[in-house]
Formats: sequence, structure tokens, C-alpha cells
Amino acid sequence: MLAGEHGTAMALAMRIVTAMAEAAGAERLIDISGAHIDSCLYHGPVGLRFAERLADDGARVRVPTTLNVSALDLLHPGSVRLDEPARSEARRLMAAYESMGCQPTWTCAPYQLPDRPGLGEHVCWAESNAIVFANSVLGARTDRYGDFMDICAAITGRVPAAGLHMAANRVGTVLFRLRGFGRAAPEEEAFWALLGHVVGARSANGVPVIDGAPTSVPEDHLKALGAGAASSGSVALIHVAGTTPEAPTLRAALGGRTPLRTIEIGPDDLRTAAAELSAVDSSGDLRAVSVGTPHLSLAGFERLTPMLAAARIHPDVTFYVSTGRDVLQGVEERGWLPVYQAPGIRLVVDTCTYITPILAPDETMAMTDSAKWAWYAPGNLGIAAAFGTMEDCVRSAVAGRVIRDFGWLDG
Amino acid sequence: MTSAGWTAEGRPLLAGVAAGSALVLREPLSFWGGVAPATGRIIDTHHPARGQRVTDMILVLPHGRGSSSSSTVLAECLSAGTGPRAILLGEADGILLLGALVARELGVAHCPVVVLGDVWQRIATGNVVRVSADGRVTVRPPVEARERDR
Repeated sequence: MLAGEHGTAMALAMRIVTAMAEAAGAERLIDISGAHIDSCLYHGPVGLRFAERLADDGARVRVPTTLNVSALDLLHPGSVRLDEPARSEARRLMAAYESMGCQPTWTCAPYQLPDRPGLGEHVCWAESNAIVFANSVLGARTDRYGDFMDICAAITGRVPAAGLHMAANRVGTVLFRLRGFGRAAPEEEAFWALLGHVVGARSANGVPVIDGAPTSVPEDHLKALGAGAASSGSVALIHVAGTTPEAPTLRAALGGRTPLRTIEIGPDDLRTAAAELSAVDSSGDLRAVSVGTPHLSLAGFERLTPMLAAARIHPDVTFYVSTGRDVLQGVEERGWLPVYQAPGIRLVVDTCTYITPILAPDETMAMTDSAKWAWYAPGNLGIAAAFGTMEDCVRSAVAGRVIRDFGWLDG
Repeated sequence: MTSAGWTAEGRPLLAGVAAGSALVLREPLSFWGGVAPATGRIIDTHHPARGQRVTDMILVLPHGRGSSSSSTVLAECLSAGTGPRAILLGEADGILLLGALVARELGVAHCPVVVLGDVWQRIATGNVVRVSADGRVTVRPPVEARERDR
């Protein structure tokens, strides 16, 4: 492949995969059964040059490959205020990846699509929240891959036998013990988002294990945990003892060994996390709310729809809901769509509100139920953000100001 | 610190030669959401080095964090001329390596990436750093400090 007998695109892709293998100290490559591409999100001309070079050379993916969010909302073309030439180049980038045989899924939550990898299956996923979900919740195996590697692995069908593909590297090393929480707190999704923020910041390059949680944790909560941890840190796998597939017991999660570090987490740690994810002054007039980072699931819509149906959004506030087109179809089938066509509510599809210009220029104070959004949006958009529960987000959008109650942490 | 400086044997992930002034980040950095390609400035509101520029520096950090898009953002920085001259890491980081690899493949820039291990912590911002093709890294105090020691 390196010699170019399969074309220059294959040779380029193989050079990247081989360089990654050398860097990781891998002695061999292994086959993957699927890939998820993050490189389709436009950041500038280099990403486009790379994709078009591969596409122009006739590269095709060898394994089923899904695409992450892009910089454009193809279903609501007017909603993204991206200037030229970025707009045209972002569209060309999307076209290049489609032309290589990738599926136009345009979602950061590929684990919410019908086909997803199973326990022990090797894949190459990029997009930090998708990586941690695949490893932790599905028990599939992907390393923490970045852009460019994703498409090169999809074209060659190979990844280095290294990192989290190897069983030995999946053993938990940093133990987080939950202390001082009642039964009710872990039932709140925000609990998991805040816990993720703490776990990411304090795991360094270790594999975290969470002990002391309920034994049945909904996928949306694990999704919030992973997204938070993969933002504040470089976490790519989290074991939740008694819940996630490679952690039937605490002992199994730790591989029977003593953890390198043990960290106790109590309600005050999550209060601090909420403060870290909120602007110092979160008391001013609220102009925007953003939920659906990562893309809202059908279960998330099931929670949100009755809340929004009963709410009347304040005239100064826009309530953004981001999701993938596949989930949107489910929302439509269930007859929930009219709720999202009400004044003040906007659906964002194929992209997200913190990666491309969607918020209006005067929407400078925003609220979210996503640790990931709260982490990145202030730097990306130059706005102030406040973190709260989904219920608090709806209440605040109605009131036109930030209303938060963290009393549930003591519940 | 002596004026003579010191040398460390690093492991090159992307071999190359570079020299410049060190910018040492004690915390990991995500290039996406963390560095603006137009200016090379650190925009991560949570990062202690927020406001500093990575441009033309020998960037020293423990490892990356956060987004997979950091590969692309590093490559965009290197293409725009706002990127670092070399990256020295405490631990191997595939995401940053990818950005440098693709920038080289496309003929945009050559930014060596070297893993130093724990010794990265001995480097201070402002040190004059030289990276050799075999991964050897030479670190000297800045010129002013050398003159003061004299």
C-alpha cells in the first residue's frame, strides 16, 4: 500500500497510519470494522486541501463510515452566518467526504444511530465524546484519534495495535469514589455532566473508574459524563463499576490491581465544577439557551418536549436544540416537531451552536445543560455561559434570566 | 541554573530541526477551542496561559486534551504561519502529531514533535531550545540570564 500500487491516496493514508503506529510503538496493524470521521468539520483551508487531495485521487472508505457534525446546517440553510469563502469551503469539505463513500450522518453522537459497534469490536472513531462513549458504554475499542487519522484508517481499514485497542491499556488506574451523595442526586443528568468535568480534569492520562454509583445508569447520563470528561481532560475510557460492560465489578474494572490514585468526590466538588463551568456573573439577562451537546437523543427529546410544550419562551431569549438528522426523523415520526416550531425555539441540525456562527451577535449570555458546551462556548464564541439542569434551562428561558437550583445535589 | 544549559534525549515522533524560545504550558492544551489559528493566541478560557501566543515558539506541554479537531487546528495554525516551531511533549499525543504530520505531507510547514518524558518539566518559558533531527533537545537559559550569571 505504501508503494502506491493502490493509488497515491492509499499511499498517503498508509503513510499517516504507519507514522501513527511508529509513534505509538505498535508492532502491527489491526483491522477495523467501522470509522467515525471528525475531519468533516471545517476549520480552514488545510483540512479542505487534505480531503480533496484524497478524494481527487479516488480514495474510497473500506469500512462503514459515519460523519461528524459539519459547520453548516443543511436542513436550515439560513441559520448559520458563515462568511465566504468559509461557507463554500465548508460545503466542499462535506462533499469531499461524501464522495469517498462516507454516510452523511452529520452527528457528533454516532452511537445514537441504529448501527453501532459492539463489545470488543475495533473501530476508529474521532470526536472526543464519541470516542469515550464507544469505549466506555459500548465496550468497543478505539484509541483517542484525531482528525486526518480517522479518514486514513477508514481508507486503509487499519489502525495501529496500540493504545485502547489493547486489553492491557483498558484497565482502570484512577479510582473516583462517590461520597456523601443521596439516592436522588445521581438520577439527575447534570450530576453526570459535572462528575465528568471533575473526572476529566483529575485523571491526567489515566483510565478513571467510578465507584459508588447506582447500578443502572441511563445512556444519556453516561453520555454527559463522557462529554464532560473528554473536554476538561484527555479521557477516552471511563469505567462505571456495576454499569459499563468492562466493569461488572470494581475489581474487574481495576483488573484486580490497586489503583495508582484514589480520589473522593462529594457534593462540594460538583458545586465547584458548576461554578467552574459558569461565568462569574451569571445573574444578568439571559439571551440564549443551548441544549443538545452532544446531539440530543430521542430519550432527551422525550424529556424536553413536554417541558417546552408547556413553556412560553421569553421574547428576548432563543432556545436552541441541537440534534442529528437521524434523531430528528424520530422526533417527526412521534409528532413532536410542532413544539420546536414555536416562537423562540430553534432546531439546529447537522452542526452545533458552539462551533459555527449561529447565535445572534447580541446573544452574549447563554445557558446550557452541557458541560462540554459550557467548557468550549466562552472561548469559541466570546460569550458568557452558565451551566444548569435541563429543567433550569427551560425555567430560565421562560423567565429571561438565569435561575438555578443545585439543591438536588444534596438529595 | 548554570549558563551552560543541558541536553535531553527525546524520542522524535516527527523528526526535524528547530530552534527558538520555549513556551511551557504546565497544563494540557486542546488546540481546537484553545488556540485561534488567525493569531496563534491561546483562547481557552480555562487555561492558565490564556492570552499567550504559540507562534514561532518551541511549545512544551505535558500532553494534549479535549477535541479530536486539535489535529486540524494545529495544521491550520502551521499553514497560517501562527503555529509553533516545534512541539515537545511529556507523553506521546497522537492528536497533535497528526496535525504536524499532515502539515508536512501537504508541504505547508515542518514542525518536529518530540516526546521528552518527565524532563519536560525542567524547561522554563523563555529558555532557548534547540531540537535536533535525532530527538536530542538542548536547553539554555535566555541570553539575559546568561549575561547576569557571567
